[in-house]
Amino acid sequence: MTKGDKPRLITWEVKDGERIAVRHDGRLPDQLRPIRMEVGVLANADGSALVEYGDTRVIAAVYGPREAIPRHIALPDRAVLRCRYHMAPFSTEERKSPAPTRREVELSKVIREALEAVVITELFPRTTIDVYMEVLQSDGGTRTAAITAASLALADAGIAMRDLVAGVAVGKVDGVVVLDIDELEDNYAEADMPIAIAPSLKRIVLLQLNGVLTREEVDKALRLAWKGVEEIYRLQKQALRSKYIVYEAGPGGGAGR
Amino acid sequence: MSITPASQLVIPKLKKYTMDTLLSRGVRLDGRRLDEIRRVEVKPGYISRAEGSALVRLGSTMVLAGVKTDIVAPFPDTPNEGVLVVHAEFVPLASPGFEPGPPDENAIELARVIDRSLREIHAVALDKLVLEAGRHVWRLFVDIYVLNHDGNLYDASMLAAMAALLTTRLPAAVKEGDAYRVDRSVAERLLPVNHSVVTVTLAKLSNKLILDPTYEEEEIADMRLVVAVSDDGRIAGMQKTGMGYLSLEEVSQALNLALTHSSLYFNAIREQVMPYREKLEKSLGQEARAEEEPGSSSAVASKTV
Repeated sequence: MTKGDKPRLITWEVKDGERIAVRHDGRLPDQLRPIRMEVGVLANADGSALVEYGDTRVIAAVYGPREAIPRHIALPDRAVLRCRYHMAPFSTEERKSPAPTRREVELSKVIREALEAVVITELFPRTTIDVYMEVLQSDGGTRTAAITAASLALADAGIAMRDLVAGVAVGKVDGVVVLDIDELEDNYAEADMPIAIAPSLKRIVLLQLNGVLTREEVDKALRLAWKGVEEIYRLQKQALRSKYIVYEAGPGGGAGR
Repeated sequence: MSITPASQLVIPKLKKYTMDTLLSRGVRLDGRRLDEIRRVEVKPGYISRAEGSALVRLGSTMVLAGVKTDIVAPFPDTPNEGVLVVHAEFVPLASPGFEPGPPDENAIELARVIDRSLREIHAVALDKLVLEAGRHVWRLFVDIYVLNHDGNLYDASMLAAMAALLTTRLPAAVKEGDAYRVDRSVAERLLPVNHSVVTVTLAKLSNKLILDPTYEEEEIADMRLVVAVSDDGRIAGMQKTGMGYLSLEEVSQALNLALTHSSLYFNAIREQVMPYREKLEKSLGQEARAEEEPGSSSAVASKTV
């Protein structure tokens, strides 16, 4: 596909006398794709999670805290976090070579730095906590889905954290600032701004902007992202709870807790 | 795989305490205010072998950028555009913490942030680097060479890259049968540039935002936010780097600081790079009066704040 044949990504419809922007998949600008999350999907891992944002599907696994190997990477006062963001060769339209790309190296770093802000690493000195994220299917927003999955997997592994982390990508498409952009929108977007937030602490732990925005548009995008992240955070907590709830305790019975 | 790094620099608690105390009074260890940028020195044309180059000094941080060109087939999805490649080397002579070997995640991240900041706003007119659509286009290599690391490599590297691009002369492309050969003995035209872009890096230290951090300040900082600003006052990219976090208010404050203080770097471009670009343009004019392309240099100069 060449960049020349740009499809129309926003159509304007009039509803109740108001002009509203509708996206190519029928979503409104402030609407997330259908999101699905499941925790504890891999038997071998200490914690794991599968996260889907529309057709984007990422699986994350956590091993640790465990002995640091090789020994020299261990730190005396805290755990070492090791993160790998990786895309499966079949996850994209054209086959992606399984060798790590420069993009994956960078994303592994920014995701690690985002998680460092919430994991209470000083509780596990001289150990490593390994976080592996595999993008199984990519349709935009893979790094933010990966970080959402990673924080669920860390929680699932029982690793102490200050907060969960939820991520979402906002973008500017055909002049409109939109939430949770997919691959088609990203390909033709004027800007793509991935953000991850620790929602309870109100801390931005990952922030990137690829593209051009005015000052006002950045503010608008941040507000939109915040709204999306709060919804994702709610789903994260639900996913974590649902693993442990066998049945809801009725009045007077506490067995399900 | 990205691994928590062991700190390269051990800063004594007493020194950290001094730095914190000073910060709360609005000064820094080297006497600067929180929003003060060190002396900026740009030397364009530092490497005569390169098609474009610049040496940037930011305090004692030193970064050299060089532009080299060749002719290749374009990417299939952009048949009507030249190719831009940005690469960064943290050479071992620049810091006790740098080691020989392929670029690590920090060098890759820096190169990619600079690449995006240039690319997304179309700083270089890649559409004017086409010899034959879909078949032969110019490829630009921007190689960033860090020579001395005393913090704020992003701003220094971006400035060096921008200065090198602004002073790049494209060689002649000689058609030979079905292919093109680069003839570097003839400088044909200046690289067409649409926009100047600079980055402004802010470090968060004891809950305060400071500009142009030194190496020591970066080592004790919670995190940094790199903001790319274009010559028309738009935000052309952002990257949070480092382990800490930002509040919404801090992002807003950082953006304001970046927008106002970007003028310092734009001034450096206007005062230290543009005269050299104009000189290059004049010398090209003397070589080939016949081929007149309306002065792209003055257009950029007037846009540069």
